[in-house]
Amino acid sequence: AGLNPAGALADGEAAAAARGWPAAETPTPKNDVTHYNNFYEFGMEKSDPAELSGSFHSRPWQVQVDGLVEHPQTWDLDALTARFGHEDRLYRMRCVEAWSMVIPWQGFELGALLRAAGVKADARYVAFTSVVRPSEMPGQRSGLFSLHWPYVEGLRLDEALHPLTLLATGVYGDPLPAQNGAPIRLVVPWKYGFKGIKSITRITVTDKQPPTSWNQMAPEEYGFYANVNPDVDHPRWSQSSEQIIGEGSLFRAARRPTRMFNGYAEQVASLYKGMDLRKEF
Amino acid sequence: MTLSPSAASSGRSSGQRPSGRRRARFSPFVRQVFLYLLGLIPAVSDIVRGEMNALGPNPVSFCLHDFGLWAFRFLLLSLAVSPLRRFARRDFMVYRRPLGLLAFTYAALHVVFYVGVTRHFDGRVLRGDFTTRPFLIFGMLTFLILLVLSLTSTRKAIMMLGRRWTRLHKLVYPAMCLACIHFALAFKTWHVEPFLYAALAAALLALRLVPRAEVRTS
Repeated sequence: AGLNPAGALADGEAAAAARGWPAAETPTPKNDVTHYNNFYEFGMEKSDPAELSGSFHSRPWQVQVDGLVEHPQTWDLDALTARFGHEDRLYRMRCVEAWSMVIPWQGFELGALLRAAGVKADARYVAFTSVVRPSEMPGQRSGLFSLHWPYVEGLRLDEALHPLTLLATGVYGDPLPAQNGAPIRLVVPWKYGFKGIKSITRITVTDKQPPTSWNQMAPEEYGFYANVNPDVDHPRWSQSSEQIIGEGSLFRAARRPTRMFNGYAEQVASLYKGMDLRKEF
Repeated sequence: MTLSPSAASSGRSSGQRPSGRRRARFSPFVRQVFLYLLGLIPAVSDIVRGEMNALGPNPVSFCLHDFGLWAFRFLLLSLAVSPLRRFARRDFMVYRRPLGLLAFTYAALHVVFYVGVTRHFDGRVLRGDFTTRPFLIFGMLTFLILLVLSLTSTRKAIMMLGRRWTRLHKLVYPAMCLACIHFALAFKTWHVEPFLYAALAAALLALRLVPRAEVRTS
């Protein structure tokens, strides 16, 4: 009750929602999805990734899958898409900076790749590594004040195997443009956007919690889990509501209340039973 | 009335009236108003472009941040006036008030945008913001100081306050420092820009520590 109808996820839509298709969502305009990006490898401004990624080569591309798996393998991107195909997923995206979009992705479930690799019994986590190419990524050349490269992320194994967790290779029906994480990126719709590591080169299954870039940068501001949670504020701003990109006017930003797990609580809340989400944020 | 050094030198070179004073085309008041209106151009430009949808996907955040940046710039300019007169013999004292008022105007736009446009005057959120978040507390204190300085910038207030006016307006120094901290904390990582601005601010404040006597003998 009291939720914006456009963003509400009515009971009974759970089956559709499990496939990432909350019926009532309106996708954010394509131009906003591809021109308002955080991708510090290209620069710190939201417009930098679209403007400064012209010399980035996302083909040919290989993804190494290794660690605690039966079949470690280096996949060519085309082999990955040939094997796992792609399906449409319309997901809400909630940035930790308190803005949100609704994005039509194309991709395949990370779980499918992990099952094909054969996860070993002692595996607990999945670690991801992004690309390092200072010659093509200007943000990696001026690293003094920025993040450390490569960008790294991680998920608990059960999160990685969840059917909502997607490896996206396309957006709006096109192959991912560089600024959105070409050619392959992670999308975890119930977590803050920074968990969605872009331009993935390596996926390592491990038994230890892997380091994650923003957590290393400011551990008191960004946790390992980074689950969307309106009750746990960022130290410098409230997370109770979010600005909807592509709506509203100059004199009235469109906002809506932020929902627990970005509205995907029905599907994922059980993963965190018994955890204190204020401490494990 | 004392002669400003710049007026004296220009009078000498053009060989005008014995007083050495060239008549300004416009009165100081008109020049002040003119500078103030000129200084509003960035705000008008932002708002017009925002209304025309020419500020990218998030015009609200663009304006919010641009207003804050211009407040900072005008605060720096207003703090440059007296060092310029003292060390470079350039007298822009007549422009100090409009520069200060511009800093306040942009700070006010910045605050109104934050409170109204982005937070929808949500009292619960704003109370949390301004009581628990140092980043926003520093910003709000800066704004409150600029508000007090603006309210006491009229001729009448200057007369009434007398010597206390000078002391009161030294609050611009802490305001500058608070603004530097607010700016530096405004990003998720350290950015270069706030440090460049802070370096300028530090330089302008440091010039005020140079002892008077040294200047006179040089």
